[in-house]
Amino acid sequence: MAAKDSVREESHTVGSNQLIVLKGGAGKPLLVLHEELGYPGWMKWNEALSERRTLVTPLYPGFGRTPLADWIMNIRDLASFIARFVREQNLAPIDAIGFSLGGWVAAEMAANEPGLFSKLVLVAPAGIRPPEGEIKDLFTVPALIYLRASVRDFASSPEFSALYDGGTSPEQYEAFEDARAETARLAWQPYMFNPSLPHLLEGTANNPTLLVWGRDDCIVPISASHAYQKSMKNARTLVLDGCGHRPEVEKSQQFIEQVRNFLG
Amino acid sequence: MHIMWFTERQYHYDPEVEPERSALLESQILRNRSFFGLPNSNFDAAQGSKLLNEYLDEKIYSEDLGFDGLMLNEHHGTPFCLGSVMDVEAAVLAKATKRAKIVLLGNPVPTVANALRLAEELAMIDLISKGRLVPGWVRGAGSEQLANNANPAYNREYFEEGVDFIIKAWTTPGPFRFEGKHFHFRFVNPWVLPMQKPHPPIWIPGLISPDTVVWCAKKRFPYIALATKLEPTVEMWNIYTAAAAREGYQAGPENFGYLQPVFVSDNQQRAEELGKRFLYGGAFAHFARPEWMFPPGYNSKEATRRLARLPVAANLPGKPIHEGGGNETDDELEEIRRGVYARYEESKRELQMIAGTPDYVIPRLRKVLEVLRPGIFSFWLDGPVGYKDRIKCLEMLSKDVMPAMREIGKELGLVDPFQRAPGSIALAAGRQPDSVAHAEALASQL
Repeated sequence: MAAKDSVREESHTVGSNQLIVLKGGAGKPLLVLHEELGYPGWMKWNEALSERRTLVTPLYPGFGRTPLADWIMNIRDLASFIARFVREQNLAPIDAIGFSLGGWVAAEMAANEPGLFSKLVLVAPAGIRPPEGEIKDLFTVPALIYLRASVRDFASSPEFSALYDGGTSPEQYEAFEDARAETARLAWQPYMFNPSLPHLLEGTANNPTLLVWGRDDCIVPISASHAYQKSMKNARTLVLDGCGHRPEVEKSQQFIEQVRNFLG
Repeated sequence: MHIMWFTERQYHYDPEVEPERSALLESQILRNRSFFGLPNSNFDAAQGSKLLNEYLDEKIYSEDLGFDGLMLNEHHGTPFCLGSVMDVEAAVLAKATKRAKIVLLGNPVPTVANALRLAEELAMIDLISKGRLVPGWVRGAGSEQLANNANPAYNREYFEEGVDFIIKAWTTPGPFRFEGKHFHFRFVNPWVLPMQKPHPPIWIPGLISPDTVVWCAKKRFPYIALATKLEPTVEMWNIYTAAAAREGYQAGPENFGYLQPVFVSDNQQRAEELGKRFLYGGAFAHFARPEWMFPPGYNSKEATRRLARLPVAANLPGKPIHEGGGNETDDELEEIRRGVYARYEESKRELQMIAGTPDYVIPRLRKVLEVLRPGIFSFWLDGPVGYKDRIKCLEMLSKDVMPAMREIGKELGLVDPFQRAPGSIALAAGRQPDSVAHAEALASQL
């Protein structure tokens, strides 16, 4: 049976809020922090890593499945909320992998409480202002255009059409709008970065970290990888050629190998 | 009945004087599928200055013509409306006119970072005008949130909290401290307060938003429908009337206003030719692209659910993605233009544009008044029409149309909010309210 079929949905209570969590696979837990458009679905990389890991994917409040938590008004609030879940589930120290906005959430968690994590994989994380270029604005374009911009060439990315089940149903439109609205609540201004994050990371986060970036990332410019590298002394950066913002989909084989090797 | 008139103060060139510039600007708007977002390299300051002065002159003159109210609005980052800071225009009118109400529909509270500053601006306008200000509030179009960097996901919260704060700043003796969810002021003590007590009358404009309608009814604010189709407007009136009943009062014409696109001339053909220009550039349909009209969190979840299931539209689920275009051939562009103006016949049929001689216009306005029974009525003149034709239209409205409107208003009992305070007729709990709108009149033949 494919691990995909074993994915189950759990409802947890964290403080006074509900948190829906997806769990799939078997073995040592791996925390998966999803991106700004929501949970994109179970892809090849999920299937591969879940052979030896239980993938634990919290669906953030306000992104559709988990109800909105009114008090969560920025990424640090969200990071603290997820951290509480990790603590209360006795998951720490846990390995984690975060994508884009989810990478930012992981970095905030690490800056605030490095002991939460063993190893970190940050895939083109937002959170630090790129020294060159700008993070692409999710709020001035339709979700599908943003989704297309997230890969270097959507026509030649075999898994692209599987993201968000194709992304064109009315239900998915509603889900995208939930995700965009919550991302606006969390990261409207400054857009998708926290000026204090590089300073806080520098003084705290010593976790072994793998930064993964596509050389042609049109969402979070690759210059941000230098800023992350500078702030996280135990990080190394893997740059993939011919790849955009989604190495896990665009270069899935390479991505799976590298992440497996890193996590051990 | 309170009668006023309105224009968006569009940036335009008179097609009869500068046909090439007019056509070029329209082509660029059509290519962009949006007034909002048209690069401001297309803005000519000399033309902007000329137009703003003409628009102010028209408003000042229209007081002499007998209009009761001078209605203004505000939009940002668009040739659709030159009034990007409406309070500046209102301040000019406050000093230059003597009698007419200055009706602001409305200030986009969520996009104004400092609500205290807004309270002070409006108080000054009320003082300069010697108590003639009618402020109104809007959430602002979706594109306004982008243009002002106002988080759309908090739009309704900003709106409700901001309005409450402004009224509190006007009515609660200071100094006091205000700690809201979004607005924080440590020392609220505006020295300049409005002349009208306890505060100027507040009217709220809207499209079809049941949430806003119910909010208005709770606050006893008149609701002004902005040229919405008659049938859904009747539904909004009914929603308001039911909400008013829950608040313990009977709504009446004093609770409602309606904005009606009109163009009058002494020749039917000429009036229609000018009225048709209301559709210039795609009009409201091209106000802004969907992704700018509906920024994240701007819509309620229910509105998003409806939008997701619309049968046709670009940049919506399963529909074509439009990334700006601009590469259309001249023929393709002409086809788009023809499509825009082809909508005129439908507008005419549904009374969304009433253009003609007074004899043509008056019976159609009567039907609108019979159906909606509003206490507040505003004519809406727009499109690239030259100054002389606009003035002529205003003069004919004053001389040949308004007297008939006033008679119809009396006949239908259309009292306005200055004749009867909105919310002043008590309704016993559990008693069914009388309907204000007269839906049966929808079927009347013209």
